[in-house]
Amino acid sequence: MPLSSDSVRLITDPNIDAPDAFYAALAALHRDLDDAESAKVNAKLILLLANHIGDAAVLNQAIALALPHKAA
Amino acid sequence: MPKTYRNPRYPYRRSPDQDATKSGASVHHPIIVVGAGLVGLTAAVDLASRGVRTVVLDDDDTVSFGSRAICFSQRTLEIYDRLGIGDKLRAKGVTWNRGKVFFRDRMIYSFDLQPEGGHCWPAFINLQQYYPEEWLVERAGHSGLVDLRWKNRVTAVRQDGAGVTLDIETPDGPYALSCDYLLAADGARSQVRRCFDLPFDGQVFQDRFLIADVVMQADFPSERWFWFDPPFHPGQSALLHRQPDNVWRIDLQLGWDADPEQESKPERVVPRLKAMLGDDVDFELEWVSVYTFQCRRLQRFRHGRVFFIGDSAHQVSPFGARGGNGGVQDADNLCWKLAAVLDGRARESLLDSYDAERIPAADENILHATRSTDFITPKNAVSRAFRDATLELAAELPFARALVNSGRLSRAYCPPHPGPGPLGPGSPCPDAPLQRGNQRAWLLQLLHGDFFGLYFTEAPLSGADCGKLELLADRHPDLRTLVITAEDRDDPGLWRDGEGLFQARYGAVPGGFTLVRPDQHVVASWPQLDCAAVSRSRAATLA
Repeated sequence: MPLSSDSVRLITDPNIDAPDAFYAALAALHRDLDDAESAKVNAKLILLLANHIGDAAVLNQAIALALPHKAA
Repeated sequence: MPKTYRNPRYPYRRSPDQDATKSGASVHHPIIVVGAGLVGLTAAVDLASRGVRTVVLDDDDTVSFGSRAICFSQRTLEIYDRLGIGDKLRAKGVTWNRGKVFFRDRMIYSFDLQPEGGHCWPAFINLQQYYPEEWLVERAGHSGLVDLRWKNRVTAVRQDGAGVTLDIETPDGPYALSCDYLLAADGARSQVRRCFDLPFDGQVFQDRFLIADVVMQADFPSERWFWFDPPFHPGQSALLHRQPDNVWRIDLQLGWDADPEQESKPERVVPRLKAMLGDDVDFELEWVSVYTFQCRRLQRFRHGRVFFIGDSAHQVSPFGARGGNGGVQDADNLCWKLAAVLDGRARESLLDSYDAERIPAADENILHATRSTDFITPKNAVSRAFRDATLELAAELPFARALVNSGRLSRAYCPPHPGPGPLGPGSPCPDAPLQRGNQRAWLLQLLHGDFFGLYFTEAPLSGADCGKLELLADRHPDLRTLVITAEDRDDPGLWRDGEGLFQARYGAVPGGFTLVRPDQHVVASWPQLDCAAVSRSRAATLA
């Protein structure tokens, strides 16, 4: 999507401090959960992080990027 | 079944107009309103308040059967105050501003819809719909300008460039009428809409709700209580509202598979209510209905000389109280325009602005109602996971409360405005307390009738100020200006913004002027009073 100069851009370059540790924490979060619990935990995580970001433009870029790519 | 209210029966009276039909003629009226429900009666009384005669046709002979719309919003109360029934609503109704949201077995948060003071009217007054309808019938009668014809059922409607013609069925047989303008206030199953074969499309929600009014002695506070997945009704939602006469509105989600006929039977309803209220609470059923709901609207609300107002034009789900309130605000928007066109002050094209202004309002109501319904009824497992996650977080963390949607409660539509200041063109006028000597008044109660100017000053009026205000009054007899002085002044004869709320809510600057429409909406504001600009703006508003 076109971005005006003053809008904030979703960071897509590496930005997580310790990527392996974060990924392991994510996996650990779900280790003992069933599918329904996992879905709710993921939802909470998304909501918490979305609130931290706040900026609607950034959130919408993330939503657009997360959408499965449609066949051309 | 109702025990607390007996519907009045209004007698059918033969109109002399019915004799004209025998000779092949149809009597002509400027405005006919079809439907003497909440919205049609509001329109008739509003037009009467502006000196306009109407004929109102209704196929029944009474007011609403059942409580139906029960939550009257602040904007609606301000309108009803202007129409003379505000005091009755306040005296009889249940005033409330607060709500609580519960998830499973605990309250997760409470909210206040009107946290700041300085308003004449609360966020809501709960009242069974038949009461205001009854009072509007009385007002209509007292005005002497409303010809209310019960047991007059419209069977056919046609229009051409010259006017609208209606065929009407009565206990004495059929007759015909014609009019310049027809207001279709005949509800979600509008006969007028059917006569013109207009599509009424939208979304049907795959869910059913039980609505039950019960009479009981209970000590719940005057608040809106909403439960998600409560222990007494697992997996579904519930809503509790207080009404006068010890009547409580209970709304229970049943799911799409529920059988409406079975679920309406007392033997099914009573156990559900006992689960909620407890076995030891004595209650009687007042009114029960099982319904699904839809969000839909006409593509246009004006069709030539025919105007659709209220549910005939748009329908929303009930969460948010946007149905009845939206309809009353339709009438508020349209009636001053019709009056101005009929008395020759405005051009006919002014009536197009009804569409331009009320369609975005209807869309906003539909958007909010749809989002609420989607939150209350998750469509799949992931939606439910998000919903439950939001509710669990909301119990602990304030940020998530903003995401919980148990109904976004009706507020007056305010068009987006980029400009500086709190109010833009089309904003509904906020209220503010004013003082003059020992006299206290509410701003909106001073803005009843025509155009108003609000002139704000921090200094005594100069000769130049007075000259400008006199010039405006001379040029425009339908424009009255209120001079409002700053908080710290006390000028004899002038209204004082004693709590500074006018200045804050209007973004008023000294020497500034706000032009207000007859429906208490802002036309424009100027940092300095410029009579020529005000005249141009008034003229453009009537064009």
